Amino acid sequence: MTFEASFSGIGRLDRLSYRDTAVHRLDPRAKVVATMLYVVAVISFPKYEVLSLLPFFLFPVLMAALGDIPAGFIARKVVAVSPFAVFVGMFNPLFDPGTVAIAPGVSVSAGWVSFASILVKFALTISAALLLIATTSFPGICRAFRRLGMPALFVSQLLFLYRYLFVLMEETMRVVRARDLRSFGRRGTGVRVFVRIVATLFLRTVERAERIYGAMLARGFRGEVPSMRREALGPSDAVFVLAAASFFALCRLVPVPETIGRLVRGFTG
Amino acid sequence: MHMADALLSPAVGTAFWAGAIGTIGFASRKLKARLDDRKIPLMGVAGAFIFASQMINFTIPGTGSSGHLGGGLILTILLGPHAAFLVMASVLTVQALFFADGGLLALGCNIWNLGVYPCFVAWPLIYKPLAGDGRDRRRILPASVASAVAGLQMGAFSVVLQTLLSGKIALPFGTFLLVMQPIHLAIGAVEGFVTAGVIHYVRAVRPEMLDSVASTRPLAAGISLRNVLAGFIALAVVTGGALTWFASTHPDGLEWSIERISGKGGLPGQEHGIAAAAKRLQEKIAFLPDYGFKPPEGKSRGTEEAPAWPNIDAGTSASGLIGGLLVLAMALGIGWAIRAFRGKRST
Repeated sequence: MTFEASFSGIGRLDRLSYRDTAVHRLDPRAKVVATMLYVVAVISFPKYEVLSLLPFFLFPVLMAALGDIPAGFIARKVVAVSPFAVFVGMFNPLFDPGTVAIAPGVSVSAGWVSFASILVKFALTISAALLLIATTSFPGICRAFRRLGMPALFVSQLLFLYRYLFVLMEETMRVVRARDLRSFGRRGTGVRVFVRIVATLFLRTVERAERIYGAMLARGFRGEVPSMRREALGPSDAVFVLAAASFFALCRLVPVPETIGRLVRGFTG
Repeated sequence: MHMADALLSPAVGTAFWAGAIGTIGFASRKLKARLDDRKIPLMGVAGAFIFASQMINFTIPGTGSSGHLGGGLILTILLGPHAAFLVMASVLTVQALFFADGGLLALGCNIWNLGVYPCFVAWPLIYKPLAGDGRDRRRILPASVASAVAGLQMGAFSVVLQTLLSGKIALPFGTFLLVMQPIHLAIGAVEGFVTAGVIHYVRAVRPEMLDSVASTRPLAAGISLRNVLAGFIALAVVTGGALTWFASTHPDGLEWSIERISGKGGLPGQEHGIAAAAKRLQEKIAFLPDYGFKPPEGKSRGTEEAPAWPNIDAGTSASGLIGGLLVLAMALGIGWAIRAFRGKRST
């Protein structure tokens, strides 16, 4: 992924997180807890389970729909994610040659089943993580971490990283774009221009970082980033977490697709 | 080499989350006792620097593969282990959220693999004894290469172990290990060279910064924050802005190694060469032979995998128990090693 693509991806996720929908208004803690429960529920399925995982697609779909998050954007990010799981799982069909009957008269290698299971889990967990950030905002997640007992120092480190990340990347992007606009082909991309760009960026960013630090000191910074926001868990948060948890428990304990299949066959047969 | 959610079992994932959170708490407490406010923005900028540099893949000479900077070692040398660990943990958290690198449950494993080993194992046990007080510049390169290689080898081994304990994949232990370890040897060597380059730069511009970590005291009040920040931002800009222009389009190290394997086209008939050697090795070192790492020979999966639900198999609970015990043993072992090292140094 290029620098520019990564950067615009981060920026877009960040902008999405400041929308105002029912999902965005939920307490960050509720969303963090629900997403963690979701990931654990999905991951807890055994190696050869594919069908029973499918109901879990409901959660990301609902979050995206209610949170007004473009599903295509999330799907593209899921595909573009570093495919470690896929590359390792790819070997299951080669090393697991037993056969499994998936339908009367149709059997496939057990490895393909477990590979499919890894792919489904991959899509589910990654989209849940992306939707968490897209509906909660990074500072919101940091506040949730703080309220859930993470050390204050670590939370302020996360907030500082987040702040400086955008300062640094935006500055770099702007200068790189300006250089590209002024250079035709390879002209203007030489070392001398490059050195000047780096020097300018360097001075500008240092000055900005120092101004931020000075401003923080002037506003009483004592090593912790305080938040004025008073967040209280409301009834809607409780309902959300309870509904999500019971849905995950149901899908985990009852093989929903199979049950539905049986019911359907019972009606028709 | 980010660990991924889809390869984890809940037991392994939560065990490493517990380990990661415990270490974050420990590092925060240690740091709070002697932190100077100025170090907080410095840690933030250092995180942004690592983040920017990790987005750039560079080509590893001779292999056509590309790696990216882990960063744990550079940070530890510049900030000390506790601050460095927190910076690494924050970088990995941002990656898990914004790039979904790995995922949320795997974040614990990733913090463990990429944070604990370089900061609390490779740095105190390898870098410090080799580099000494950092005044001899010729000792920096071998020290950083050795400790970067060691840190990444431990991380890679940890990824293999976490994956296999979770029991979601069929790749045999030996083969996986033979793929992961050599690749991370190369990545580690490159990381060591990059680390040494950065350290030399910092040493030339702000030598007192290294001194203050070498003696593990907080930064002296007189050091200009501006210059230190400036150095980091310069590095961040150079790596983020400049190197990206010719960032490598080669696949990541792991992808390359797998391509190389599958590209051989000899996988189905694997009774010779590296696969056979791996198999023999695996048979020797598999400490839980019938635990699900490999299907028993000649036994059809189809018969035993009748969809009998609930499927409570002994392997799953065994993996939880073993994973928990291993993390505990690792944590205790690391604590013991650090204490032993400290004790030796103070006498």
